[in-house]
Amino acid sequence: MSMKRRTFLKGALIGSAVVATMPRVFATTTPGLDAKTYEDALKAVSGGAEVAESTAIAIKVPDIAENGAVVPIQIESTLPKIESIAILVEKNPVPLIANFKLAENGVGYISTRIKMGGTSNVVALVKSDGKYFSAKKEVKVTVGGCGG
Amino acid sequence: MSGMRVQAKVTNGETEVKILMNHPMETGTRKDQKTNEVVPAHFIQEVTCEYNGKVVLSSDWSGGISKNPYLSFKFKGGAAEESVKVTWKDNKGETETLEAKIKP
Repeated sequence: MSMKRRTFLKGALIGSAVVATMPRVFATTTPGLDAKTYEDALKAVSGGAEVAESTAIAIKVPDIAENGAVVPIQIESTLPKIESIAILVEKNPVPLIANFKLAENGVGYISTRIKMGGTSNVVALVKSDGKYFSAKKEVKVTVGGCGG
Repeated sequence: MSGMRVQAKVTNGETEVKILMNHPMETGTRKDQKTNEVVPAHFIQEVTCEYNGKVVLSSDWSGGISKNPYLSFKFKGGAAEESVKVTWKDNKGETETLEAKIKP
C-alpha cells in the first residue's frame, strides 16, 4: 500500500514538474543575447544548424556611418514562410542585436536603428521554413557607438 | 519612462506598424564621461505587437538597439479602425503598452 502511494506521489511530482516547465518551452527567449563573440551568437540563434547565404535577403544600411550610435538598418526578404529575422554585428562586444519572431501572417520586413562599435559586417539571419539563411553587408563606422 | 508612439497604416492588404519608444538603452558597459563610472544596464529586452488578440510580432533585444528605439515591421491583414497593441519590457521590469488605430 505504502509502495503504491509512493509511486503515485512520484508520478504526481513528475507530472507537476512537466506542467511547470511547459510555458517556458513556448515562451522561449532567444539564446545568444549575451554571447560575446559572433560565432557563439550565431550558433546560439541557429541552434548550430547550417546557415546558407541567400540573395533573397536584402540589407539596406549606409556604406559609411558617421555615428555608430545610430545606424539605420532595413532588412527585406522574399524567402517563404519566414519565422524569424535576427540582426547581428560581427565585431560588436555583444554581436546579437535582436531577434524578431514573425507570426504566420508576417512579412519579411524589419526596419530599426542599431549601435555599432566600429567598422564591421552587419548580418541578417533569416529562418525560413525551418532552415537558416543569411546575408551580410559591411558598414564603415567613423565614430563608434558602444563606448559612449 | 513614457511617451511611446505607434502608427499603423494598412495598404494593399498589408499593415505597416511604426513604433518609437522612449528609452535610454544602456548596455551596461558605457562609462559616464564625467564620473568615469560604468552606467548600469538598462535596456528594452522584449517588444511585442498584438492584433485582434493575436501576437503578430515578438522580439528579443540586447542593448545593441539605439537609444530611443525605432522599429517598423509589416503583417498581412489588418483592417482600418481596428487596433494594434504594442508592449515593451526592459531588464528592470519596467513596461509600457500603447494601442493605436490602424489608418486606411
